[in-house]
Formats: sequence, structure tokens, C-alpha cells
Amino acid sequence: MKLSQGVKMAWHSVYSQKLRTLLTILGIMIGIASVTVMVAIGNGTAEQVKSQMQGLGTNLLTANVVGRGAVTSITLEDAEKIADIDGVSAYAPVISGSVTVKYGTTTYSASVLATTPSFAEVREYSVAQGRFIKEIDGAFAQKVAVIGSEVAEELGMSNPVGEKITLDGVPYKVVGVLASKGSSTTGSNDNIVIVPIQTARVVLKTDAIRTLYVQAESEKRVDFVQTMLEFHLQTFFRGDEDSYTVFNQADLLKTITEVSTSMSTMLTYVAAISLLVGGIGIMNMMLVSVTERTREIGIRKSLGAKQRDILFQFLVEAAIIGGLGGVIGVLVGAGGSSFAGKWMNSPVAPSVDIMVIAVAFSMGVGVLFGFLPARRASKLDPVEALRH
Amino acid sequence: MSAKQDQQCLIRLENIYKQYEMAGETFNALDGVSVTVNKGDFMAIVGPSGSGKSTLMNVLGCLDRPTSGTYYLDGAEVQKLRDNKLAQIRNYKIGFIFQQYHLLPKLRVIDNVELPLVYRGMSARERRERCREALEKVGLGDKLHHLPSQLSGGQQQRVAIARALAGRPPLLLADEPTGALDSKTSREVIALLKELNEAGNTIVLITHDPSVAAQAKRVVRISDGRLTEERNEAS
Repeated sequence: MKLSQGVKMAWHSVYSQKLRTLLTILGIMIGIASVTVMVAIGNGTAEQVKSQMQGLGTNLLTANVVGRGAVTSITLEDAEKIADIDGVSAYAPVISGSVTVKYGTTTYSASVLATTPSFAEVREYSVAQGRFIKEIDGAFAQKVAVIGSEVAEELGMSNPVGEKITLDGVPYKVVGVLASKGSSTTGSNDNIVIVPIQTARVVLKTDAIRTLYVQAESEKRVDFVQTMLEFHLQTFFRGDEDSYTVFNQADLLKTITEVSTSMSTMLTYVAAISLLVGGIGIMNMMLVSVTERTREIGIRKSLGAKQRDILFQFLVEAAIIGGLGGVIGVLVGAGGSSFAGKWMNSPVAPSVDIMVIAVAFSMGVGVLFGFLPARRASKLDPVEALRH
Repeated sequence: MSAKQDQQCLIRLENIYKQYEMAGETFNALDGVSVTVNKGDFMAIVGPSGSGKSTLMNVLGCLDRPTSGTYYLDGAEVQKLRDNKLAQIRNYKIGFIFQQYHLLPKLRVIDNVELPLVYRGMSARERRERCREALEKVGLGDKLHHLPSQLSGGQQQRVAIARALAGRPPLLLADEPTGALDSKTSREVIALLKELNEAGNTIVLITHDPSVAAQAKRVVRISDGRLTEERNEAS
């Protein structure tokens, strides 16, 4: 018998039992669909987090200072010493706090970051209008501010550069507006006001530096810079390692990748279990089908069907049932993913690889679990079978 | 047996035994059957139920192997062949006509008729041609796309005959072909078989109905697994 004829015959049998086929493939279908949806959501989230992290720059190190005893922070001069490492391209100490911004009669609450001009480079901000803060602003403790795009919008400033605003009652002159960066896991990047670090005492009532951003020249130097940075901090805090923490973007990225990998491993197990359950369903249905079709098998054998013709026909039927479950499951999953994405407002990234693998495996499961019934059919004695 | 006789002979059974174990006792369903069927014969095998009729039919049809004895079909010894080889013999050498028609209910008439050819691996075009031809021969050239359930019993049996003819086998084996039909339709089916025999087909027919057997050229009787010649017009 020719291959195409066998497939056609098998398709005919599967098609003529629509309801039963549908019920049989339901298990595989649901399993494949749910895995497709979960993988899409998982991938989407991981990709989003990754792109945000990359937005921060993978060369960036963040040192947070908690302090020890009387020394709970560092000064501008300390920061300069601590960041004096080979391979550092820029560093920016930050004093942060929350203030009420007022423009005319409009008030708005925003975070203030008192920092140095290199902050823009380190955190990869660019200016949409006007200019960023400059060394000279700091040197003369000028009360100038660069505002985030969201702040400008919330205050209703159509042309902010040159306008006066007050930060907790202290008047500042807006010299620039930042280009929008969107939001990340740590909140909005556009809801900030940047002022020279020398004016921190005026607005934030403190000049204690708790955050120090350090940018390495290249990704290769990140590890070296991190080691040196930790060494300098350790020296500064006289060996107390609890006084500071240093974050490395690359490490964080790695952690996220690990989490998403272990999640996909888990999903693979879920898929495997649902395929196993579905496979048992196929085997059950095929066994019933062989019993019901004993006479048909007898007729086919009397007309000259060989054992392998019958085996092949039933195996192909099982493969079609399995594959159909996979295909419908993937389609439902793809639909479900985009629905879930809209509903939960989270990004989804359906994985084509997973879909192809899912369909292939479903067919494989069909063949595997269809083998026993198909073999039983092929071994039937034609005389006995015809008597049915 | 001379070479000339050998050429004429389609079936030769020599001392065929078929034994079954029943409740510890050995039971001879076929008890030393020897018979020769020539090409172009129309032979009826008659006998009551339990006489070994069906067993003989199964052996003749290569659906079952005898316990001992030799069976020559179309010049080849077939009693020792493996299952796959027997399937091939059935496919090429034998056209079955069953009492219950044994059509596949979900396949259209033409798809039923082409089944033996499908297992032969024949191309679709050739199959269609042969099936059309066979169905026209039985007078059902206009029912190609009907389902068996849309046809009468007599028509279904004619589809089964067309299926048996489609492979152009040297032997047509009919097991109670009129057993499920009324007398008028039976006569039509038997007339069709006679016609096919006159056109050169060798037919072996199993029946318990004397009026059906009367239409054959030759009648053998089976009882308790033994054959006796009853009538042979040829001899």
C-alpha cells in the first residue's frame, strides 16, 4: 500500500468520528494550549525586564550606602576617592528625596535627585530641551533644575526652560527637560527633578550621599571595577561589609535569566504530564476503536491488507489524533496568549519553537501510545475478525 | 498429472486435514479432502451447517492454513506460506463474495470496490478505471458515489461482486452469496454469477440452498469433513 493512501484512509476514519476524536484530543489540547500561553507570558515578562535592564546599561554598578555607627553616608569628597578606580568612565553620587514641586498655582509631588553632571551619562539620560546641569552650577551652588518630561506635563508647562518653579518652597530655575525614558521596575524614570548636588542641603535638608552610580568603561571591566569598588567601600567602612551593597546589572540580568529558565523547565514538566495523560486517552480510544472495527480489519485483511498495512493505518490515525490535539492546542494557546496579554496588560512573546515542538511531540505521543492498539489490530486473525 | 492438465487446473487440494482441539479431544473439521477445480469451472459446495463448509471456505480462501495436506492455487503451493504472503495471495488470486456483503459502511461504493487495488499499490487513475469497469459489469455504473446504506441488499451484494472482480483474480470465492437476499434478488445474483462464469471466471460457491447449487456446473457435497462428488456436467 502507498503511504499517501494510508494517510488518506486514516484521515477518513478520524474524520468520521468527529466527536470522539475531539473528546480524545481535549486532554492534549488543553495541556498544549496552557503551556503555550504560560510560555508566551513568561517570555514576554522576561524580555521586558531584560530590555529595561539593558536600558540602564549593563556596565552600571550601583553602590548603596547604609552606614555604620556614626558614619551613615559619604561625602562628595569620599565619593571621589571611592570611585577613583582604573576603568571607571564616569560616576555619579546621588542624594535623593521627595519634594512638592510648584509652578504657578499647580503643585505636584516628584523625586528630587541631587547629583553631578555625569549622572546623565551614567544613567543614560538625554535632554529634550535646554541643557543638563553643569559643573559651574554646582561650583556656585546655582538653584537650577532639570525636570523630567512627566513633571513638565503634570505642571502644565508648555515651554519650561527659563521658568521658575519651587521645590518645597525654594525657588529654582528650570534649565532643561529630560527626554522621556518610560517606566521600569523601579518606577517612572520621567517623574524626577535633577538639581546640583551642592544645593541638596537647601531642598533635601541633607548632604548625605547614600547612592553612588559607577560606570565601567566596558563590560569586560565591570568585574574588576566592582571588586575595586567593594574594596574601597570596605576600606572606607573599616571592614564592615554590611555598611554597603553593590549591585551589578549583569548579575541581575543573570538572575532573571535563571528564573525564566527554571520556569520553562517547570512548564516542560507540566507539558510532559499533560501529554502523558493525553497519550493514555489516545491509547484508550484506539483500543476501543480496534475492538469496534474488528470486522473492518477482517474485511481489509481478506481483501489483501498485510499486517503492516493495518499497523500503519492505525498508527497514522493515532498520529493524526495526537497531532490534531497539538495543532488545535497551539492555535488556542496563541489566541489565549494575546487575550491574556491584553487582559493582564502584560507583554507576551509566543514562542514559535515551542509551538513546533509541541505539535511534533503530540504526534509522537500519538504514535507511541497508538502502537499497542495498532499492533493488536494488525495481529487479528482474519477468520475470527470476519466472524464479528 | 500431465502438464496439460496442470495448466487447466486452478485449485488442487491433496489430502487436506484441519484439526481443532475441543475439550481435550481432536476434532477433524476437514477429514482428508482432495479435490481439483479447473479453470472456468463453476463449482458449488453444499452441505449442512457444521459439515466443515466454512472451514473449507477459509482454507480455499487462504484465510486459514490446513493442519496437513497440500494446497496448490494457480500453480503455487500455498499451505505453508507466511501471513504476509497469504495476504498477497488473497489480494491477487482471490475475489471474495460474502453472505453479509462485508462492505465498509463509511466508504462510498467506488472506495469499497477499489480497496483490493489500494493494497496492491496501484495508481489512482488505474484504480478508478478498473473499478468503473467492474461496477458497470454488475450494472451499478451509476452508483459510484453512493454509500452502501443507500443501496438495497441485492445492489450491495453486486457492489461486493464488483469488488471481487476489480482485482481480476483467477478465482471468485462466494460464501452463501444469496443467504441474506430474497428469492427474486437471489436469482438475479446467481444469474450474474453464471454470466461471469460464462465470461471465463472460475467460481467456487458455498451454499446450503439446493436451488442455488442447481445453477452450478458441478456440485460437491461435504459432510463430516469429507467431500463426495454429486454431479459434474463437465465429466
